[in-house]
Amino acid sequence: MTDQIPALRLEGIVKTFPGVRALDNVSFEVMPGEVHALMGENGAGKSTLMKVLGGIHDPDEGQIYIAEKPVVMTSPMQAKANGVVFIHQELSLADELSVAENIFLGELPRRSFGRVDWQTLYDATDAILKTLNVGFNARTRLGDLSIANQQMVEIARALTVDPRAVIFDEPTASLTDAEKVVLFKVIADLQSRGVGVIYISHRMEEIFKITDRISVLRDGQYRGTLNTAETNEEEVTHLMIGRKLDLSRNESHHEMGDVALEVRNLSCGELFEDVSFSVRRGEVLGFYGLVGAGRTEIAETIFGLRDPSSGQIFLNGEEVRIHSPQDAIRRGISLVPEDRKAQGLVLGMNCRDNMTLPQVDDMTAGPFVSDGAEVAIFDQYRDKLDIRTPGWRQLVGNLSGGNQQKIVIGKWLSMHPEVLIVDEPTRGIDVGSKSEIHNLIRELAAQGYAVIVISSEMPEVLHVSDRIVAMFSGKVMREFTSEEVTEDSLIQAISGISGDKVA
Amino acid sequence: MNSQFRVNLIKQGGIWAFIVVELIFFSVAGELLAVTDKAFMDFDNMLLLLKQSAPIGIIALGMTIIMINGNIDLSVGAIFALSAIVLLDSMTWPFMAALGDWAIPLAWGFALLTGVVLGAVNGFIVWKTGVDAFIVTLGSMLGFRGLVFMYNGEQPTSHLNWTLVDFAEAQFLGLHTATWFLLVAGLLLWLLMTRTVHGRNAYAIGNNREAAVNAGIRVGPHFLWNFMLIGFLAALSAVVFYSESGSVNPNDGMLYELWAITAVVLGGTKLTGGYGSIVSTLGGVIAIQLLRKGLGHIGADTQTVNLVIGLILITVLFLDRQLNRKGKEELKT
Repeated sequence: MTDQIPALRLEGIVKTFPGVRALDNVSFEVMPGEVHALMGENGAGKSTLMKVLGGIHDPDEGQIYIAEKPVVMTSPMQAKANGVVFIHQELSLADELSVAENIFLGELPRRSFGRVDWQTLYDATDAILKTLNVGFNARTRLGDLSIANQQMVEIARALTVDPRAVIFDEPTASLTDAEKVVLFKVIADLQSRGVGVIYISHRMEEIFKITDRISVLRDGQYRGTLNTAETNEEEVTHLMIGRKLDLSRNESHHEMGDVALEVRNLSCGELFEDVSFSVRRGEVLGFYGLVGAGRTEIAETIFGLRDPSSGQIFLNGEEVRIHSPQDAIRRGISLVPEDRKAQGLVLGMNCRDNMTLPQVDDMTAGPFVSDGAEVAIFDQYRDKLDIRTPGWRQLVGNLSGGNQQKIVIGKWLSMHPEVLIVDEPTRGIDVGSKSEIHNLIRELAAQGYAVIVISSEMPEVLHVSDRIVAMFSGKVMREFTSEEVTEDSLIQAISGISGDKVA
Repeated sequence: MNSQFRVNLIKQGGIWAFIVVELIFFSVAGELLAVTDKAFMDFDNMLLLLKQSAPIGIIALGMTIIMINGNIDLSVGAIFALSAIVLLDSMTWPFMAALGDWAIPLAWGFALLTGVVLGAVNGFIVWKTGVDAFIVTLGSMLGFRGLVFMYNGEQPTSHLNWTLVDFAEAQFLGLHTATWFLLVAGLLLWLLMTRTVHGRNAYAIGNNREAAVNAGIRVGPHFLWNFMLIGFLAALSAVVFYSESGSVNPNDGMLYELWAITAVVLGGTKLTGGYGSIVSTLGGVIAIQLLRKGLGHIGADTQTVNLVIGLILITVLFLDRQLNRKGKEELKT
């Protein structure tokens, strides 16, 4: 590798925004045929660096080289023309157009009078799709494809320019395990063609599986590059946050109270079927399964966002019927939703107003909302949850992911719920804040709350749960206690292999 | 934090700065071009301007809330006309005529009730069908206007009550009755939007509807209340205006919805919802009325006035966009 010249090299990149030095003299290179991970906590400067590379931000200082030739990137178009392409976390494709039109959008082959040369378009597209080995063709309507396949379309689009470097930004965020395998194959294929791959992800497991080297940013500064084969998670985490992340198995034992929530034979159409479980005060019940196993839908049903087709829900031993979030909230069931920004927070509102939103009804003095009562609640839970914000007037949209999540959790805690359901507690949250959220969940259980945690990350489920419900395709496959669970048995359960057959 | 505060200040203060620019421009240009030799900044002229702002202004206040919700109401012009007809026609009903001047508050009540009911129709359809408010109120705009014509054909509806006219033309502390209605409505709605739970919820729903639902806010009923409120305000606007004029044509109030929206947007409220202010809307209303009067003062005709207002609206939105983009870039570090 050392005798080659880098496919892409950034040298001494500096980018400042008013008041913040977002990138401080960052250098970074990727060799042809290498998969190079770029890691760092949220706000470490990864996105800014990629925006500089993509021609969205102009660097204040520094130089970008492609195959050691200096280039200036002033627009995404130009980046693409230079052979640098991005596969974004959020796909930017047109649902109503065909796969082919999406791939060649803006560059459709033409005939005279501006007519589209459909034949050439479809042929060229099918040629690219063939190299990706996918199960759809050029004429498929994009909206009919799964997210994973749409991502393949995005990758196909990158391949139209014969790229030198491809940047994947959190590509597996919404993929199932099977789909990840396909993606990794495509990445390996790019690698064998001599393309330099930059892989941005929070998921250690993947990083160690597919990358050759790992570069770490912290606070806008370059912290070093490690050879993947010669390092381990601890070392990388240490570089990223300057301390270690504890993901050991949950072994705490404390007193548990009565059953707070019990669900019997709950079904909702085809989303999930015959689901039964219970959770005690002081207990964390983990729900583990693949995306689409029905976990989120169960939470939404308990929270009143969906009507169950059959089954019963008991709260403190009493049967309850919940038809709306208002019902649920009144009875003390609260939900920290999966997608914090889209479902949990009003981003354009300040921290305090977000936190008090569900109970502001009860905080009035005469016809008006009482400022004092609101600030008191906010201050109390800011201190309790250690939410880092300059003040309650700060817009929630400006906080980091971890602090945003704490606002959502604080919102419900301040109402003293009976049951707290947390769906994907640490999605899109950097490593440092992750362990804080984990500790918080454990602590809440210790204080006597009944907590349900839904997660797609096995280490997380193992770390926080007292018991784990494994789901597959809308059904509960098996329930484990934290003593008896093993990673293997858990994986088998969520892949549809029943635990009993294995045993 | 600081830069965000600055951007907010520019955005909220922008409309008032614009008004100052207008005043200076028309005063100076007035000296050179005016068709009369009366000064533009004449005190009486300014009082009149406020009075003339009232009909659109009162509607625009309601439109602000609807738009903060992320909705829109295109039917306010038609509600305005229908309420006006009810106001004037009801005073000619035999039992009303027998009541003498006591018919006035009753007629007002009928007109305001008409507005609330029509608004409720809009709100109820939006709530129960989930159809976009733009479509629902586009339909009801046509429908309500149809009712206006069914009432009296192409004929104007007239009734002049001199007590009413005296009331409408009265001045209290220098300000006209209509101006008082505008200011008091503005104050109450400002309190509603900045100090109450309803106002808080309105911003939350407009900014992120799903998060609002997840926080247990009942979005449908909330919409219903706001549509009833704007219906009430459209009727109130009619009550204020027709108490004085005493005659309503079936085409009255046409395009009022668009003028109201223009004023709201000039004031900085976002079409997408979640952001806006009652006070800035008042600024937008006054800015438009100033433009109309000012251009008239220097001899421009109505067509020119509309052209200029259109151009200014687009320019303002362009500047707003630039400002917003700058704000966002600074925050994305």
